[in-house]
Amino acid sequence: MNRVLRHAVLYGMMWASVLVVLGGVGTLTGYVVLRGAPALGGALFFGDAPPLAAILGEAPVWEGIWPACAGTICLVGLTMALALFPGIGCGIYLAEFASGAAARRIRTALDILAGTPSIVMGLSGFALILLLRRTILPQANTSLLLAAGCLALLVLPVLVSVTCEALESLPQELRLTALALGFTRRQMAWKVLLPAAGRGIMGGVVLAVGRAAEDTAVIMLTGVVANAGLPAGISETFEALPFTVFYTAAQYQTQDELMRGFGAALVLLALAALLLALARLLDAGARHRWRRGGSV
Amino acid sequence: MSFLPAGTQRYPHRLFAGNGEGAGWLLPLAAGIAMAGVLFMVLMIVVSALPALGQSGGGSPFTLEWQPYQGRFGILPMLAGSLALALFAIMLGFPVAFGVCAWLLAVGEGRRLLACGLRGVIRFMTAIPTVVYGFAAVFLLAPLIREGVGGTGMCLLTAGLVLALLIVPTMVLVLEAGFLPRMEALCPGGLALGFSRLELFTLFVVRGGRSVLVNAALLGFGRAVGDTLIGLMLAGNSPQFPGGLLESLRTLTAHMAMATANEVGGAAHLSLFAAGFLLLVLNIGISLAVRRIGGPKR
Repeated sequence: MNRVLRHAVLYGMMWASVLVVLGGVGTLTGYVVLRGAPALGGALFFGDAPPLAAILGEAPVWEGIWPACAGTICLVGLTMALALFPGIGCGIYLAEFASGAAARRIRTALDILAGTPSIVMGLSGFALILLLRRTILPQANTSLLLAAGCLALLVLPVLVSVTCEALESLPQELRLTALALGFTRRQMAWKVLLPAAGRGIMGGVVLAVGRAAEDTAVIMLTGVVANAGLPAGISETFEALPFTVFYTAAQYQTQDELMRGFGAALVLLALAALLLALARLLDAGARHRWRRGGSV
Repeated sequence: MSFLPAGTQRYPHRLFAGNGEGAGWLLPLAAGIAMAGVLFMVLMIVVSALPALGQSGGGSPFTLEWQPYQGRFGILPMLAGSLALALFAIMLGFPVAFGVCAWLLAVGEGRRLLACGLRGVIRFMTAIPTVVYGFAAVFLLAPLIREGVGGTGMCLLTAGLVLALLIVPTMVLVLEAGFLPRMEALCPGGLALGFSRLELFTLFVVRGGRSVLVNAALLGFGRAVGDTLIGLMLAGNSPQFPGGLLESLRTLTAHMAMATANEVGGAAHLSLFAAGFLLLVLNIGISLAVRRIGGPKR
């Protein structure tokens, strides 16, 4: 009896947890989808401006989220340009070449970085600007480049750990074969392992893009503003999609603005879902490629 | 005469000299840049916070009052706010995460489709932008709390509920990664002895896996303390000590976001860096603790 009762209570708790999570996420995302869907369309992005002219930057967009989208695209592109080499390079080094002590130190540093709140990374960028203003560059200001640099710090641990995992999950026979064929370790890394792990690493890159696109806290301290128009250069302030969503929630004046906020939130959510799906697809492909017939 | 096919000469990469067994210079350079980035961030925060840490008297950040126009820059209320909100979120979120993990390991085996879907949702939750959670909650949950429970709706309760949902996937993933291998090792034999999956889980897997529980809680706590948007959008942001579930509070992270936005100037900036320093120290402590316990396997 006791056992039956205890099991009933445990089962109840487990089912309740599952339902609470599914219900909570379902309600919040469903609400965004429901309220955001009517706003979707050309007018959401470009307002009254003609789309082509708006994309080319010839017509200013007043009532649309295109400048924010363009800002996010530039920001993510610049972030990845800054983060890809150190991230993937460090991952390869860690998986293939680093000695035990060095690997431990690098992993500790990356663990610390991965655990650091994103706003603290933004703060380090803000501190850099204050320092520059006091010393060599009195006119220094927060900007696209600074935000991208801080975001690069944010995605660095993701890139390193995914690269590392992709390399380490390759079958041992691949290494043995390569070495038996007379490859040096370096040749093996560049010519055999890296191409073999390519899809897994790409999956990590896509995940990192998602992280960079959604983060709001970092850019709040490093140069995002509500009304900048299209990004004008890497030393200028900029708009970004997640900040538009945040700003709307805090400062909206009219129902139209609120609608645009929901539209922007939905676009951001769809972007996140799309990137996640892409990352999973790449990852699944990478796993499938090295699976043997029969066993998993 | 060579029997090697083309392309397998010993030194195909001009970039590298040497015997080809070391890492060359390109990869160490990449690792060096990455490490320099970490060092730069920590140094920037510590150096900027030093003047604030050394300050004493009424303008010191480690006092109880935030009245910037009267020269009082205490951030202790915000520290208390951060801790209260994170602890509340953990108290709500941890049992739920544990329940979900137990369900996946003990019940999900018999319901493949639902288990697969649930895993997918948990993965998806890690990718949902925080700001979207916050945005939806501002217009959905906050009015609900305001009308159903009382207060303004912008309070510890609202922020805690959403934050709990935010940290659930982190904890579920850590718990599952820790428990799944143990469960798999026990399963065929244990089932043959007449234990149910749930019994195996509660009697053996969890008992022997305390460190996994602690790790999950620590990582969830770190995530909760470090989150900016939920606190900023939903907790009300009054710079006061957290008083109750329906009272407004301000977290350290939200404080940092606000203090840079409203350029109050010198001493306010000092308190900002003190707040950043506190957060950094707290999270470094958590990272090192997780590492010591034997964190998520790489």
